[in-house]
Amino acid sequence: MVEVNKMEMNIAVLSGKGGTGKTTVSTNLALALKANYIDCDVEEPNGFLFLKPEVDKTEKVMVEYPIIDKANCVSCSDCVNACQFNALAKVKDEILLFEKLCHGCGACEISCKYNAITYQKRQTGKIESGKVRNIDCSRGILNVYEPMAVPVIRQLLKNISGGVNLIDCPPGTSCSVVNALKYASAAILVTEPSEFGLHDLKMAVGVVKMYNIPFGIVINKDDEKDNIIKRYCREEKIKLLGTIPYSKNTAVLYSKGEILYDDPYHKALFDELSKEVKDVISWN
Amino acid sequence: MRIAISSTGKTTVDLLNTRFGRCEYFQIHDTESGEVKVIENKGQSAGGGAGILASNQIIDENIDVIITGNLGPNAFELIEKSDIKAYKCESIVISSVLEKYNKGELEEIQMSGPAYHGGGK
Repeated sequence: MVEVNKMEMNIAVLSGKGGTGKTTVSTNLALALKANYIDCDVEEPNGFLFLKPEVDKTEKVMVEYPIIDKANCVSCSDCVNACQFNALAKVKDEILLFEKLCHGCGACEISCKYNAITYQKRQTGKIESGKVRNIDCSRGILNVYEPMAVPVIRQLLKNISGGVNLIDCPPGTSCSVVNALKYASAAILVTEPSEFGLHDLKMAVGVVKMYNIPFGIVINKDDEKDNIIKRYCREEKIKLLGTIPYSKNTAVLYSKGEILYDDPYHKALFDELSKEVKDVISWN
Repeated sequence: MRIAISSTGKTTVDLLNTRFGRCEYFQIHDTESGEVKVIENKGQSAGGGAGILASNQIIDENIDVIITGNLGPNAFELIEKSDIKAYKCESIVISSVLEKYNKGELEEIQMSGPAYHGGGK
């Protein structure tokens, strides 16, 4: 049974191109909407640098990998051939595992006719959570040198609580973003008025459209002219939620790690943006 | 002796491809019989672990010597453990690669080059 007061609204903030302002928009919008902040950019989570919550809970992220029992293994190579991620190789009579490539799918265990494969777990990252200014904050951190962000993102978003959550996504449009979007009920695409920004925005729009969720665009570093992003929004009939003007003052506050929402000019800007967001992505 | 060369094409006038895991073909030259066998590198289109997939093919072909530009960390481990000797060469035509090898002008690869893999992202 669905409890009405626990209604969940997960808003994903993504961009395609990196460095357009996903974290700037998600942290400040979280404050304006009094929403929870979730940093899914687990390879470089930087939202906590601005919000500075006190971390009171940490949990490990574990992934599975195969252990080959040499007593039972006959080096038949069935597991090597079954692995779709090339994490296994046979050298002479030995099966070698490249654990960082392993997705823990279990195919090698199924393919083994000699019961030589079992699974163990290893840590690839962690989840941190805490509170600041009455909002819940959490983030995933992928260990340095680990290539797979998805298990960390999955564990982070699986435990999401009710209410309004702002999900600060990784850049790009690869597995990490696709997995974050699985939990989203709406999306905000942050971009900048450059050819590169538009190019990657189009890719991000393509991904978001697969989910049939409401979405809109925010232009950061806006030149306040009729630029290529505004034309794109008109042509594609995509809602422009708001703009953040290109200004030295914004950059100065950001570079000091300060919260833009504490500055009256930016507070008005993000309050306005939060109204637009509520309008397009209606809830309650 | 069976020599495998990472290459861009199927003939001896094609160039050596300095990328091991992502090269188009492996040309296998048998110095005793003079036979040449060309295999397509399955690693060129792998989502991740290209060097491992390419190494698996090389190992299955009972190769004694591999000539390429660089070996990544994973491929290097597999090639070394399989007692296959690896030699470094620049991108020149395959006939010249063989000539250089025969004259003993190629340098042995003693350590792995940088990792390029995205790890199956």
